Formats: sequence, C-alpha cells, structure tokens
Amino acid sequence: MSTPAVNVERRSDAHQYVTVRIGGQLFGLPISAVNEVFVPDQITPVPLASREIDGVLNLRGRIVTMIDMRRLLGLADVSLARMAVGIERTGEAFALLIDGIGDVLLLDPSTYDSNPPNLDEEWMQFSEGVHRLEGELLVVLDVERVLATVGGARSAA
Amino acid sequence: MDDLLREFLTETGESLDVADGELLKLETDPNNRDILNSIFRLVHTIKGTCGFIGLTRLARLAHAAETLMDEFRNGRPVKSGAVDLILRTIDRIKLILAEIERSDGVEPPGADEDLISALEAEAAQEPAAPTPPPAPPAKAEPAVVVSLERELLPGEVPLDELERMFRETAVEARPKASAPTPAPALAPVPQLVATAPEAEHAPAAAADPAAAAAAQTIRVSVSVLEHLMTMVSELVLTRNQLMEISRRNEDSDYKSPLQRLSTVTGELQEAVMRTRMQPIGNAWQKLPRIVRDLAQELGKHIELEQHGAETELDRQLLDQIKDPLTHMVRNSADHGLETPGMRRLAGKPEKGTIRLSAYHEGGHVIIEISDDGRGLDIARIRAKAIENGLCSEADAARMADAQLYRFIFHAGFSTAQQVTSVSGRGVGMDVVRCNIEAIGGTVDVRSKRGEGSTFTIKIPLTLAIVPALIVETTGERFALPQTSVVELVRVRSDSEHSLSFIKQSHVLRLRDRLLPIIDLGAVMGLSCHWGERPEGELIVVMQVGSQRFGVVVDSVSHTEEIVVKPLASVLRGISLVSGSTILGDGRVIMIIDPNGLSQIAATRSDKTGGTSKNEAHAGAEADSNKMSLVLCRAGAQGIKAVPLALVTRLEELDAGEVESLSDRCVAQYRGTLIPILYANDEVERKTSGKQPLLIFSEGERTMGLFVDEIVDIVETEFELKLSSGSADIMGGAIINGTATEVIDVAYFMQRAFGDNFDIPVGHAHDRSGRLLLVDDNAFHRAMLEPVLKGNGYMVTTCNSASEALEKLSGDTHFDAVVSEVDLRGIDGIGFAERVRSELHMHDLPIIAIAAGRNPESIERGHLAGFTDYVAKFDRNGLLAALREFAAQEDKEKAA
Repeated sequence: MSTPAVNVERRSDAHQYVTVRIGGQLFGLPISAVNEVFVPDQITPVPLASREIDGVLNLRGRIVTMIDMRRLLGLADVSLARMAVGIERTGEAFALLIDGIGDVLLLDPSTYDSNPPNLDEEWMQFSEGVHRLEGELLVVLDVERVLATVGGARSAA
Repeated sequence: MDDLLREFLTETGESLDVADGELLKLETDPNNRDILNSIFRLVHTIKGTCGFIGLTRLARLAHAAETLMDEFRNGRPVKSGAVDLILRTIDRIKLILAEIERSDGVEPPGADEDLISALEAEAAQEPAAPTPPPAPPAKAEPAVVVSLERELLPGEVPLDELERMFRETAVEARPKASAPTPAPALAPVPQLVATAPEAEHAPAAAADPAAAAAAQTIRVSVSVLEHLMTMVSELVLTRNQLMEISRRNEDSDYKSPLQRLSTVTGELQEAVMRTRMQPIGNAWQKLPRIVRDLAQELGKHIELEQHGAETELDRQLLDQIKDPLTHMVRNSADHGLETPGMRRLAGKPEKGTIRLSAYHEGGHVIIEISDDGRGLDIARIRAKAIENGLCSEADAARMADAQLYRFIFHAGFSTAQQVTSVSGRGVGMDVVRCNIEAIGGTVDVRSKRGEGSTFTIKIPLTLAIVPALIVETTGERFALPQTSVVELVRVRSDSEHSLSFIKQSHVLRLRDRLLPIIDLGAVMGLSCHWGERPEGELIVVMQVGSQRFGVVVDSVSHTEEIVVKPLASVLRGISLVSGSTILGDGRVIMIIDPNGLSQIAATRSDKTGGTSKNEAHAGAEADSNKMSLVLCRAGAQGIKAVPLALVTRLEELDAGEVESLSDRCVAQYRGTLIPILYANDEVERKTSGKQPLLIFSEGERTMGLFVDEIVDIVETEFELKLSSGSADIMGGAIINGTATEVIDVAYFMQRAFGDNFDIPVGHAHDRSGRLLLVDDNAFHRAMLEPVLKGNGYMVTTCNSASEALEKLSGDTHFDAVVSEVDLRGIDGIGFAERVRSELHMHDLPIIAIAAGRNPESIERGHLAGFTDYVAKFDRNGLLAALREFAAQEDKEKAA
C-alpha cells in the first residue's frame, strides 16, 4: 500500500484513517472510532438475529457484537482469514469483521471527494466520501451509520 | 408484634441516628437554627408516635427532651451539658426500644424520673446560668471514662467521632448536672434488664439491636454497590473458568486452594447480593395512603393488610415492581371490591380487604395481592376476548377459566364497564405484565366469583446472577434459566412417556398431562433434528406461569451460576434470547428467555385449546377429514368415542361431590350446579373416589357425563355409520381398528336440559362431496361436523359469513353450503344474497339451518337464495337434503 505525500503543515486538516480491506475494496475508518484490532475467535452465533450480525464473542470479559461487513455491504460471503476492528458506541462494544487490516494513513482533504453519484445505493449510506489514493480509491466508512443500520435492520427484520 | 410497632421501631431507630448526628453538629455550631429545628422535629415526632401507640414511658421521656429543645429554640444558648443530657435521653430511648423489640412489643417496666427531672431541671435553669469552664481532655479522667464505657457505651454509639464527643461531653456534664443525674442515669439499666434472663450481659445485649439497626442504615452509594457487584460477577466467572481448567487437569496441587477460593467466592457473592437486598415493605410504603385516598374517592371501606413486608429482594427489582404493585392494588380497590351496599347484599362485611403478602419460595419472591371482592367476571372476559379477536369462540368455550382470566393481561383489555378515574381504560394489566415479565417474573390470577381475586407475582430474587441449565442443540450451547426448568425427560419408543404427533404439533404425554413440545434448534432457526436421535429425545420440561411445555434438546451438560450480561441494543429485539453469559471456557452463550419459548408453545397449544388436553385442529383443518376423538370406556361394551371438539374439559370428580336432586344428579362445578349424567347404565356409580367426567358446554349450559375411564385422545379419519340403535349413540365407527360407538352429545344435552336438543336418529348414507359449514356457534359446528364427516363429506368450517364468502371465492370448489341463518355480522340471509349476486354462484346449493321454522322466514330465505331449509339439529333432514342435491346434480350430469 502506497502512502501519499502529506503536507505536515496542514496536518490539522488531515485525517488519520485505519485502512481495511473488505471484499477487495479498500476502506478507511476514522482512527478515533477504532478501539482495537483483533483476531476474532470463538464467535457465538446469535440465533434469529439479522443476517449481518455474525454473533457475539468474549473479548477480555466484554461481550462484543460482531458485524459481518461483507454481508452488510452485500459482498460475497467467503470466509477468509479474518480480522476484526473493535469500536464502541454508547457504551456497547461492537466489532466489524473485515478481510484484512492495512496501514494507518494520514490523508489530506485535498485528495477527498464526495461519493460518486453512481455509487451503489447500499454503499452510499455507509460512505462519507472517497479519498483518491495512488492507484486506488479509499472509501471512508461512516461507523455511526453502519451501526445505526444494523440496529435498524434488526427492528425491520 | 404488629406491623405498626415494627415500623415505628425501625423508623425511630433511624430518626435517632439522625438526631445523634444532628446534636453533635449542634454542639459545634450552637447557633444553627436549622439543625435545632430539625432535631426538635425529630424528638417531637417520636413523642407523638409513642403517645399514639401507647408507649407512655417513651412518650414522657421524649416530652421532657422536647421541652428542653423548645427552650433552645426560644433562643437559649446551647451548651454541651444540655446536649449531653439529650444524648443520654436518646440513648435511653434506644435502650427502651431495644427492649420493646426483644419483648415483642411490650414496653419494659422502669422509670426515667432521673433523666426527666434532669431534663426538666435543665429546662428550668436560668438562661444566664454560668457556663462551666471547658472540659479537661478526656484522657485526664480515665477512671470515669472507663466506667462509662462499660455501662453506657458499648454498641450504642457506633461512630468513633460520636464516641469521642460523648466522652468529652460526659466528663463535662458530670460536675455540672445536679447530683442525682450521673448515678440514676446508670441505675435504670439493670432495672431495665431485670426482666431479661441474661442479666449480666444485659447492657450490651440490650444495646445490640439498636446498634444493628444503625449498621443497616449506613448509606453507600448505589454505584459503589453496582461496581462491587460487577467485580464479584467477574470473580465468579473467573472462578468458574479455573474450576473448568481444574476439572480437566489431574494435577491436584492447586485443587484444594481452588476449592477454598471457590467457597469464598461463593460466600462473597452471596454477601454482595445481600447488600443489594431490601425489604419489599419499601415498595409498599405508599400503598396504605393510596388505598385510603382511593377508598374515600370511591366511597368504599377498604382495609389493607400487609404480610411479609420484611421479605427481601434485589433493590433493582424493588424499584421495578413498585409501579405494577401500585397499579394492581388500585385495580383491586376499584374493580375488585364492591361498594359497601353491594357487599351487604352479598352477605359480606362492608369493609373490603386487600391483602398484600410476600414470601420467598425456591429462589423466587412471591407477591400476592388478593381482595375479597366480586371476583373476575368470566363471561365478560370471554365475550371481550372474542370481541377483541384474541381467540375464537370455539377456543374460548374450550378454555379453562384460568386461561381466560389470563386475557386480562392482554393489551387494551378492560372489563370495567365504566371508566373511572382509577381504572377501566384497558391500559394497565398488560403494562403490569410487561413490567413483570421484563424482570423475568410472571404474573397470574385466580379468582372465584363472589369471593375475590388473587394476583400472584413471581419474581426472581435477583437479575444479576441466575442458576442455569446448559443445554446443547445442533452444536450450539444455550443457557436455560433453572427457575423455569421443571424436569428432564428422556423419551424412547419404549418408555412410559411418549411423544405423539398430531399434524405438525408434537406433544409429550407425560404422566397425566399432554405438553406441547418445541424443538429448541428449530425455534432458534438452526436445523431440526426431530426424530433423528436413536437414543430417544431429550426433553426439558419447563414451566412459565402455569404453562408447561417441553423443549427438545440434543444434550444437557450441567448447571451453572451464570452472570447475566445484557446483549447489545441491536440484539434486544430477539424475544427468545434474554441475554448472554460467558461460560467457564470463555465462550459466550445465549440465555434463552423462557417467556419467549412459552409464547411459541402457547401459540400452538392455544390454537388447539390448551389445557383441554386437546392438540387437534378439528375446526381449523379445512381439508382434512380427520377428527380428534376422546376415547373412553363406559360400561363393558367396548370403547366409546366423543368428538374432542365437543368436550370442554376432562375432569375427575369425587363421587362425594355428586348430589341427587329428585331423580337427577347434579354437582358443584366451578361455582354452579351442573347436571351430571352417566354415559349409560353400565357406567359404575362410584360411591367414593374419583370418577372421570367429560364436561360439555354450550353457551351458558354445562353438563357433565360420567364414564368409567378416559382411554386416549386420537386423531383419526373415521367413517361414521349413523345408528338407529340406542338414542345415546350417534353411530358406530372403526377407530384404530376397533369398532367404537360415538356418543351422541346432543342426546345427553337434551336429557340434561330438555327440548332444545331434539334430534331424530336416521340412516347412514355415503356420498362424498365438499361442504362448507358456516356457523358462528362452535358447539353446533362441532356437533354437525362429525355427522357430515362421518357421512363421507369433506367439511370446511368457517365461523362467519365473511369468512365463508372468502372461502367460496377461493380456488376450492364446494359442492354445497350448509349455513346457520342466525349469524353474527352478515347473517345467513345476507350471506345467501351475496353468494348469488356477488359471487354469481347461482347453482350452488345452500342449505339454511334455523332454529325456528316459521313460514315467513323460510320465504325470506328462499328469496335470498337458500335452496333448502332444515331445522337445527335435524341431522337426518340435513343429510336428506344434501342427498337430494347430489341426486339432482347426478341427474343433470346424466342429462
């Protein structure tokens, strides 16, 4: 993964992203949203839960709800070696199941673009915008929206 | 000791502790009027309450203290000597209180003239009395201090600071107070305890309860307790994990310390749990006042009895049952109890009683709210349930009273005819139920007409840690709360308990009960291994409220105290899962919500009539020619069958309860007299012991039919041959390979109630065709259905004209319609008109069934489109009419 040039003077405008791969696509999570990265083990499925909830697991005594990002994003459901990104919202612990974790990037707003209008509608709601990196695009994940959607999908189910 | 006194003791104990503290503050800050006023109020309250409940000795003492306090309020400077005197008075009051508590409410004999006179002397003293020089440090007078400590201090003044202050002030007071004060202050102590057996240890013993009471009121912030609880929970988990590891390892070096750790953890857990416990009386505190106000508002005389207020439960639960309890008490006062006039008429005392009681039972707290009022009106509940669409009329007719009562916990269900400011809006009982179920409790009601109702709330002691049974199904483990688990049953093909399959419903025949069975894997959306286990099915029998059901699991591993961890909010909507927990091996597993399971079981068993031991879909199964039959033995002549749909309940009645009225037998059944008949002359007339009884109900009329034995309930296809033999037999059929006579319920109803069930007996005829039977009376439907089915017709039933119209406009072809004229909603006439005009089914034979046969209505019926008219219960007429159409049709076809 290539790190774009960063203007240090303008760092206050720059954002740090934890990059993750989900189904080949590069995504970025605001670093402030990420608590930790771990390899999930012993996930207990929650019966009758909505599809994108993979289950729960015990992470050092805390019960973490696992959200399968592939399913949420409507990507093929292949089980690869997986990683999880732990996030927290209103006191509850969640983790996003992803394919792999990448570098932490400091990205300048100059490479930022809003969502292309022809972006998949489902993805549109989870994406804040796109950063143009060298060679590929990084989709910025809106963690709040992801979690809200999971809850909403649940109540609709 | 009565509750009032007990409450007084507790409250006064707390007030005195407060007074202690306040007095000390006053001493350091003599000019603070707020403190002064608050102490004065406290003492005043004690005086007032003592006088009220007849504790004269205390009242006098408190009065003297109050007088002195009043002086201070009037501007007299507060001196430590006086404060000491009041403190001593308070100590004395504590002593007396402790004695009262020990002697069960009797004020100990003895006099307090010493203190009273000292108090009075102090009060009478000139305001300008010279202040003695400051007291020497306490250490300077060790002798005095020691002697004081022995006599007065132990346990009475638990706080170090108070002790110090007390020591200092006591020393100061001694030289100042007049001679009698110090000595008599000590003298009454032996006097007090002379009544107690252990005279030597008396001072300490007498003081201890007061000290204990003080300890109870130490305030710790709730968050500290919560934190402690969480920590202990984690400790329990870790302990469990260690135990798990130790089980796997043979290395026993650390086994015994681990065992000790385990024990200590257990005790710690229990102790921490206790800190969260509070007497349930705290939740009741406001009720007497509420009841009093309600009584005035409603013009009723109501007495509120409280029992078991000291029963303890988790503070968190206490908060959550406050509102439901208040609501239920209000309900009892408003709905339950009658007005004094009505009570007089009913021969009851004018004053109604609401009784609150609480007790512990097997890890649960049971709270009962009962009244001696009018009881629930079962007829109105039934009507309302049908009206609200909660159940069909057929179901309602078949349901046990207890099941019907439970409808009051449904949303929007109020049987109060008038909406009062108190209740009757139909919100309430469902909220009560929700609140109680939310904390893992259940609520149930029993009632007896005219004698009152009792609501029973069962809630767990705590929510934080629950014993659970760990079970496994399709490779996943789940925790079933132990409190709902009744027993485990393994069912093999050769075991005494057996599984039956009725259509898709599985039932377990367990001893004398039929239990609905659900497969845990299936309801959890995992795969279902039903019937694939060669070693037989393992069934966990669970009970929620009064509903029992079986849950099929793959295996049961062990029981464990689990710490309930709430699920993330996004997962909370899953009704079958109430939380999660971490097992000893670190895995997270789901805790099953027994309420959710019971609802699944209930939707199945409700459909089929629940406790009437009936798992058939007789009325609902449109295309099936199967009927559920109760097989019983009556006399020597083989097995008799009764369509299950006609049986309201299966009972056993003690022979002693049957009475003879002229030549007929009657028995008390659920508060009314019902006629009792024997299925035939050969049925044994038992004179003692229990005899099985079939209960039939039709509208208001209920009768019982004695048989010798209830053999079985089967669902089978059968061909009924109407018999022209004895009137009590509808006909014969081969059921399960055995010739069986089908009892004619109508005949017995007629014998029990007279002409309305006059049915001629006719001849069998077989002619198949598909019939639509429309009747909103489940009983009539259930009576006709077997006749029609028995004659080879396929019968689809509906209970309303609109449903029938829907069925007719559907894909199924019907050869004829048999419809009751007097239907609710669209009546038979309207129905026939619509069939002809809207559905354009001009040739479909529609046979009207009507109670009356006046020519006018027959004419109207013909105009509307009825093809023929048959009197109710004229089964042969009906069969003949059907045959006629068939013949016509055949002719037409031939032509």
